[in-house]
Amino acid sequence: MLQADNVTLEYGATPGGQGFSLAPPGLHGVSLTVPTGALFGILGPNGSGKTTLLRVLAGILAPASGRVRLDGTDLRGLSRRDVARRVAVVPQETHLAFDYSVLEIALMGRYPHLGTFGLEGPRDVEIAREGLAATGTQHLERRSFSTLSGGEKQRVVIASALAQAAGLMLLDEPTASLDLGYQMEIASLLRRLNEQRGATMVIATHDLNFAANVCGDLALLRDGRVVASGATESVLTRERIAALYGVEVEVARHPATGRLVVVPIRKAS
Amino acid sequence: MAGELSPAEVRGPTSSPRPEPVEGRGPGSEVRRRLLVATTCFGVFAFVVCLVAPLVGPTPIRLWRVFDRSIPFHDNVDAQIFFIARLPRALAGALVGSALAASGVVFQALLRNPLATPFTLGVSAGAALGAILAITYPLALSALPVPAVPLASFAGSLFAVGIVYGLATARRLGLSTHVLLLAGVTLNAFFSALILFVQYFADQSQTVRTVRWLMGDLDVATYTPILAALPLAVVAFAAFAWLPRSLNLLAVGTDAAAARGVDVLRTQRLAFFSASLATGAAVSLGGPIGFIGIVVPHLVRLLVGADHRIVLPASALFGAGFLVACDVLARTLLAPIELPVGIITAMLGGPFFLWLLVRQGGSR
Repeated sequence: MLQADNVTLEYGATPGGQGFSLAPPGLHGVSLTVPTGALFGILGPNGSGKTTLLRVLAGILAPASGRVRLDGTDLRGLSRRDVARRVAVVPQETHLAFDYSVLEIALMGRYPHLGTFGLEGPRDVEIAREGLAATGTQHLERRSFSTLSGGEKQRVVIASALAQAAGLMLLDEPTASLDLGYQMEIASLLRRLNEQRGATMVIATHDLNFAANVCGDLALLRDGRVVASGATESVLTRERIAALYGVEVEVARHPATGRLVVVPIRKAS
Repeated sequence: MAGELSPAEVRGPTSSPRPEPVEGRGPGSEVRRRLLVATTCFGVFAFVVCLVAPLVGPTPIRLWRVFDRSIPFHDNVDAQIFFIARLPRALAGALVGSALAASGVVFQALLRNPLATPFTLGVSAGAALGAILAITYPLALSALPVPAVPLASFAGSLFAVGIVYGLATARRLGLSTHVLLLAGVTLNAFFSALILFVQYFADQSQTVRTVRWLMGDLDVATYTPILAALPLAVVAFAAFAWLPRSLNLLAVGTDAAAARGVDVLRTQRLAFFSASLATGAAVSLGGPIGFIGIVVPHLVRLLVGADHRIVLPASALFGAGFLVACDVLARTLLAPIELPVGIITAMLGGPFFLWLLVRQGGSR
C-alpha cells in the first residue's frame, strides 16, 4: 500500500530539487492511498502537478512537508537503491544520447539488484527477457533502442521497469506521445500486467478516456491539490470534469465495453 | 525538443549490428567477454605503440639492443636513449591521452551529449589557466610541499567544471548541443583572455615556452613532471572505476537513473570531480591538447557499442596509444622540426568534430 500524507512541495524553495528553468507546479497538502494491486490513475490537466506528484511518490523528490509511506515505511528512511527495489518508474519519454540495445535497456532495470562492480548474471538476463516477453518485445532484443517506434520504445521501457522486480510501478503519461493503436496496446498491456502479475500501478494521465478505460480508482488533481478521489465510476462525473478541464462533457457507459466513456461537447462558458 | 537527441542523429549509417552473443551464454557473461576482448586489444595496441614510439627519432636505436641484458646499462647507448631520453615522452603521452579520452567519456555521459569533451567545454582552458599561473609565478607556490603545476591545473579545471555543472543542473534534461557549444566557446574565450592577461605581464623568454605549451606539447624530457601528475591521474582513474554502471543510467536521464536506484547527485559530483582531476593531470603535463576526448570515445563506441563498462576502459587504453601515435607523427612529419602534438590532434579532430556536428543534424 502506498500512502501520501499531506504532501506539500514548493519549487524554488526545495534545496534538494534538481533545478528547473521554469518552476513546475508544486503540491499542496496532497493525500492519497493506493491499495496493493490497484490500477490507480492520477488525472488532471497539464500543469496540475501530476509529474511532480509521481516524482515525490517515487522518492526522487523529497516533499517539504508531509510524507510518503510504502507499506508503512517512510521513503525518506530508505536508500535510493532500496526504494528502486520497491518502486519502478516509467517516464513519459525516453531519449538516449547513446546507442543502447533493447536488451541493454531492459537489463538496466537490474541496477538496484547488483553491486557497483557487478555484472548481470544469467538470472538477471532471464528476468530482463521475461520483461521483454511480457511486453511482447522479446523479438526486438538485439535491436538498437533508438531505431524503435514510439510504442515499441514505451513497451521496452515498461519491460525494463518489470525487470526491476518492484511491486509498484509509476507511469507518467504512458500514452501521451502515442497514436491510437499504440494507446490501446499500452492500455491492454497495463491491464494484463496488473491482472497476471498483480503489479500495483499508478498512472498519471490527462487523458480522460484512457483513465476511464484502464484505472479502477482515480485521484483528480488540480493546481497541486487533490479535488476528488475514489472509484473511477463515482469520481468521473460531468461536474467534476467541467471543473477540472473547463469543458462540458457527456459521461456515458459504453454498451460494448461496459466502461465509462467521456465525450467532450464544448468549452464550458 | 531541446536537450534531446533524436534517434537518427546519434547512430550513423556506420552503426553496425552488435556482435552476436554466444549461444547458451547470457549477455551477462557476454559483457565480461566483450570487456576482456576490448581491454586486451586496446591494451596491446597502447603497449606496442609506447614500445615503438621511443625507437623513432633523430638517432636510430634498435629494440633488441635496448633490452640486451648482456650490455651493462651505462655502456648501452640504445637503452640510455630509450629509457632516459625518449620513454618519458611516450609515457607522458599515454597518461595524457588516456586521461583526456576517459574524461571525454565521463563528460559525454554526464551531459548526455556525445559532443562534450574537456576541450570543447572549456575545461582544458581552465586547467591551462591554472597551470600557466603556476608556471609564471613559481615563487608564490614554491612553498607548497607538493608539485604546484598539477594542483593549479586541477583547480582551474575544477573551476570550469563548476560552471558547466551549474549549467547542466539548471537544465534537467542535459545540455543541448547549442548551449553546450556556446558555453564552451564562452569559457574558452574567457580563459584565453585571462591566459593572455597573465602572459602580458610575463617576461619574453617565458612567453615563448608557454605559447608552445599552450599548443599542446608533449616535450617531456624527464620523469619528474609525470610523477607530479601521476597522483591526480591515479585518484581520477580509481574514481572512474566506480562510475560505468551509473553512467549508463545517467546517460538515459537523471530521473530514470534515480528511479533505478542511482544516487544521482553523488554520482554526478564524483564524476565531475574525477573528470576534473584527470583533465588537470593531463593539461599540467601536455597543455590543452584538443579533440582526444571526442575522437577516441567515438571510434571506441563504433567498435564496442555504448555500454560504459566497456567504453570507459577501452577509451582510456585506446586514448593512450592514439595520442602517442599522434606524437610520433608530430615529431617525424617535418623532422627535424618537432611540431606540438596539439596541432596534429586538432588537424585530425577538427574535421571529425564538424562531421559529427553535421551528422547530428539540425534537430536541436
